[in-house]
Amino acid sequence: MKFEFDIVDGDFAKAGTASSQVKHLLKQLNVDTKIIKKTTVAIYEAEVNVVAHAIGGGKLLADINLERIVVEVVDEGPGIEDIARAMEVGFSTASPQVISMGFGAGMGLPNMRKNSDELEVISDVSGGTRVVITNYLVA
Amino acid sequence: MKVSDVVEKMGLTVFGGKSGLDREIKGGYVSDLLSDVMGCSDEGDLWITLQSHRNVVGIASLKDLAGVIIAKGTIPSVETIEDSNREGIPLLGSTYETFDVTGLLHRTLG
Repeated sequence: MKFEFDIVDGDFAKAGTASSQVKHLLKQLNVDTKIIKKTTVAIYEAEVNVVAHAIGGGKLLADINLERIVVEVVDEGPGIEDIARAMEVGFSTASPQVISMGFGAGMGLPNMRKNSDELEVISDVSGGTRVVITNYLVA
Repeated sequence: MKVSDVVEKMGLTVFGGKSGLDREIKGGYVSDLLSDVMGCSDEGDLWITLQSHRNVVGIASLKDLAGVIIAKGTIPSVETIEDSNREGIPLLGSTYETFDVTGLLHRTLG
């Protein structure tokens, strides 16, 4: 099953909407609670990153079968300059406004890594970013 | 202990999410960093924070938290209150500083 959700840039009021829809979907599919929890954390962070950093928003694509869920979050940039540094806890390029909201603490990508069975981050400064989170549904 | 018990014992303001007042509290979490709450809070925690914008309710709902206490007397926006009503997440308030709210909650939960 494939699902697609739009992510609007800069609209923090709506940040989490796509993640919430995927969470409900996984609940309906009777996916194990632990897996729902970790998947929700990982995709929320990916969604917030698009809201906070991407110009023109992005998309969240969820592909679910009996074995795994693959969530792809794509935007059209600006991309990440140094992915290795972005993966470090505490490293952030968020704006002061975003930071004052309690976002941008440099925990987003580390949270994604911690809560994904497989995480792929492909980014190009002049292009966009593609984050692929894969979580297995069977232990 | 239910959220409604804590509201009564701590004299908290209920801004919204009244339908969730019978939620069971399993613990507490204190943080103003949203990713920290996202990554580390547990289901059933009562979250104490200075943040009062709409994403607070969003995170509380995604993490199935028992509710949120906004410390230091900040009043949330109408939109945040509406979100809490829709999600059934008790949105509570205290005029005390975070340290005092936390201490009180810790004692109340015993």
